[in-house]
Amino acid sequence: MSMVPEYGQLALIISLFVAGLQFIVPAVGLRLKSEWIMAYARPLAIAQATFLIISLIILGYGFVHDDFSISYIANNSNTQLPYFFKISAIWGAHEGSLLLWIAMLGAWGMAVAMFSRSLPLEMIARVLSILGLVSVGFILFIVETSNPFARSLPNIPLEGADLNPLLQDFGLIIHPPMLYMGYVGLSVAFAFAMAALIEGRLDAAWARWTRPWTTAAWVFLTLGIALGSWWAYYELGWGGWWFWDPVENASLMPWLVATALMHSLAVTEKRGLFKSWTVLLAIFAFSLSLLGTFLVRSGVLTSVHAFASDPERGVFILGLLVFWVGGSLLVYAVKAHNVTSFGRYKWLSRETFILFNNLLLVVACLAVLLGTLYPLIIDFAGLGKISVGPSWFNTMFNPVVVLLAIVLPFGAMANWKSDEFARLAKANIIAITIALIIGLSASSMMAGEFNWQVVLGVTVGTWVIAGSLADMWKKSRGQLNRIPKLNRSYQGMILAHIGVGISIVGVVMVSHYSIEKAVRMSAGSEAVLGDYRFELVKFGHIEGPNYISDAAEVDIFKEDKHIKTLVPEKRRYNASGQVMTEAALQVNLWRDLYVSLGDKLPDGSWGVRLQVKPYMRWVWLGAIFMSLGGLLAIMDKRYRRKKAVVKATA
Amino acid sequence: MRAILLLVLMYSLPSLAVVEGYKYQFDSVEETQRFVHLAENLRCPKCQNQSLSDSDSPVASDMRQKVYELMLEGKDNKEVTQYMVDRYGDFVTYEPPFRPETLLLWFGPVLIFSFGVLLIISIRKNQNIDAADPLTKEEHARLQALKDKADSL
Amino acid sequence: MNRSLLFLPLVIFVGMGVLFWIGLHQEDKTALPSALIDKPFPVFILNTVESGESTNHLPEEPVLVNVWATWCPTCKAEHAFLNQLQREQGIKIVGINYKDDLVKAKQWLRAYGNPYMFNISDPDGQLGLELGVYGAPETFLVDSKGIIRAKHVGDLNTKVWQRLLPKFEAME
Repeated sequence: MSMVPEYGQLALIISLFVAGLQFIVPAVGLRLKSEWIMAYARPLAIAQATFLIISLIILGYGFVHDDFSISYIANNSNTQLPYFFKISAIWGAHEGSLLLWIAMLGAWGMAVAMFSRSLPLEMIARVLSILGLVSVGFILFIVETSNPFARSLPNIPLEGADLNPLLQDFGLIIHPPMLYMGYVGLSVAFAFAMAALIEGRLDAAWARWTRPWTTAAWVFLTLGIALGSWWAYYELGWGGWWFWDPVENASLMPWLVATALMHSLAVTEKRGLFKSWTVLLAIFAFSLSLLGTFLVRSGVLTSVHAFASDPERGVFILGLLVFWVGGSLLVYAVKAHNVTSFGRYKWLSRETFILFNNLLLVVACLAVLLGTLYPLIIDFAGLGKISVGPSWFNTMFNPVVVLLAIVLPFGAMANWKSDEFARLAKANIIAITIALIIGLSASSMMAGEFNWQVVLGVTVGTWVIAGSLADMWKKSRGQLNRIPKLNRSYQGMILAHIGVGISIVGVVMVSHYSIEKAVRMSAGSEAVLGDYRFELVKFGHIEGPNYISDAAEVDIFKEDKHIKTLVPEKRRYNASGQVMTEAALQVNLWRDLYVSLGDKLPDGSWGVRLQVKPYMRWVWLGAIFMSLGGLLAIMDKRYRRKKAVVKATA
Repeated sequence: MRAILLLVLMYSLPSLAVVEGYKYQFDSVEETQRFVHLAENLRCPKCQNQSLSDSDSPVASDMRQKVYELMLEGKDNKEVTQYMVDRYGDFVTYEPPFRPETLLLWFGPVLIFSFGVLLIISIRKNQNIDAADPLTKEEHARLQALKDKADSL
Repeated sequence: MNRSLLFLPLVIFVGMGVLFWIGLHQEDKTALPSALIDKPFPVFILNTVESGESTNHLPEEPVLVNVWATWCPTCKAEHAFLNQLQREQGIKIVGINYKDDLVKAKQWLRAYGNPYMFNISDPDGQLGLELGVYGAPETFLVDSKGIIRAKHVGDLNTKVWQRLLPKFEAME
């Protein structure tokens, strides 16, 4: 029997000690005001991450070599599983995904250690010390309650239980890692905020250092959420892409607050204002990451996405939550008065727009939190069991989005400190007009009838795009070749804002104009949906690497032109016996065509579900634009100045 | 024009976005859409957070069938939902009831928003943030012109 | 600005922490409370499993109404306990054979024993729907006037019966 897993466990335990040192040593250095002690913070952070990555690699090694003596691998893998899924099975369930989480936390700390040469040593020492303590808590958690290297001796299964078929998909390979990078990335902003609170001061330079880290985490979160939505869409087989499920909400909430944080940091950097808000938002964002971890792994909430629950684990995470969130909020309450801002701005100014923007984002986040937790509140108060579902969430969330969209282009171009309504209006008259025209025609174009929700949604979405483009047009003086010369930060902002508009338009259109049909089809039958004709050619069988499926060949025609042949499947996985619906799609920018198999009927025909979903791709395209925008912003020249900043004086 | 005709044709055919949708045939588009709406807003009592339209569990199938029968009897949305709630409890509808204990749920977001607005206003007052404008209108215009020029350099 | 307002986030969080603490110590979270407590048992006209004759009322005495099926493995595990209840404590049990095959049900009862006074056959799950049943096994406590007084989701066993017995005895 291979002893390699023991090394994995050893690496974990070593990382625990290194993380502990990472916490203590710089703290001691700070107390003793000793620079050479503080200097150990960086190498310790790098060492901690290294051992965690080693541990992760060893777990992967075990998967690739089908080491079923490890319970986790036996429960989540199978000899027939294709290689890339064996690797992604590392994060297929609780223990392994937690190891990934922790390894990424270490990696962010390592990145901070490596890319912060221009920061004062004292600040770095504090930040890394805090990150070290965060890691200690989580590594303890995994070692105590969720050891991925636990052996299943003395009975080593000959075959694994297989990775959950729902997870045997490309989406699984990237969605959790992206999401976790976002979640743990927010710990950096958190650590910077706590360092500032403890130190008792916070200046514009602090904001400039914190911004790129926060934006990076935000980019990962954006991609992670979009990937999750996209994955659910084609994997679950029913064409839905957002369910307001508690686990989905757990990822949306930190995203909303991280967005507010990014904008608040901009104000703090540029104007030295909103310091207290920024710190609070940083604490809030990371707290929501921790809350999300708790909700998903403790079993407190029912969800299709939740990991198998275990109250012992739940109590441990709750302990971490109480310590970090309670502790940081306490420090905030006591020390925030030291980081107040002094500065003035009129009611009509960019500051106010961003403040209002942040208020809306926080309200949206709190609304989602309220809706997610309310069934629990009612239940534990002994008042019965209720459900809070999409209709409530949409009622509360959509108006906020509309308000945000209206404010967005104004806020992005308003002057700092003081602006005039007339100027803002004049600069945007064309954009507003275009938006109204497109909004009004969208509704009649699609269904020949007036739908005020569509008109409103498309108008504000188009307004966001048009307003942003108009500003960029003005800034580049109408000359396209000037656009690349605009600074990256600005380009990123415009691109990201355009992404917001694209997503809004996509959401509105696909929500209102999706058409669907469920029909019984046998070989040779056909069905018409919208402009499209679906012809079921024949049924057949497909043998996959670890499954057997019933499949159908469906030809799609538009105006008698053959578009594509789709093959939806009903897969039966060999190891678990689980049956999965594999939908088949044909997509372009303007619509998705979606075909999935329902049930086989006694007479040999099948129930088939057909869908035409207009503008579906826009929803995720917008998210991609947002992420690219964030990426551009991080690459702005001013973050790459190698000159060391003047040592921090008060 | 042809597109619109096709769309009209499309809307006159029943279309059902639910599991086993082919079982439930209605005479009109509105009824079909009403069925989908009801199925999406009723929760499967057994599953882990799935609506009647997405679940393939047996009890969800029974409930869908009942919704279909009730609709054919002419019951409206409220009556159908109440029928299910009477037997399965509030849990089974995704639209939370409007009762004293859920007032906080329904009014919470608006209250939070109002609180936020009041907070911001009060902070501004206390910190005396409102800047007295040191520039005249002409000076503002000049400043803006300079800014525009600088932005596009 | 009022300094104490800075403590508001902390206070809210403490509230949430308490909520989660309670939540972690809840027992079966998937069990739905019945909407029919203190309401009359639904009207029904169905056949019995044993004789195939029509029946439309429960006995006029306190009974357990047990929903079961041959396709339900937990029901099989529960069955021994039901046998014991009827044999040793004389508890009257009426069964509802839920969404099941009549022939299989009869065979099952022959093989594993029949502690039921009689079994109502509910092949379509109609009665189950009226009762808010969503899975098997489920058990209702119904008094002599036909009013439902309690419901238990999941199998009956010694531990559960310890909790239910006082309720049963309190019924008239």
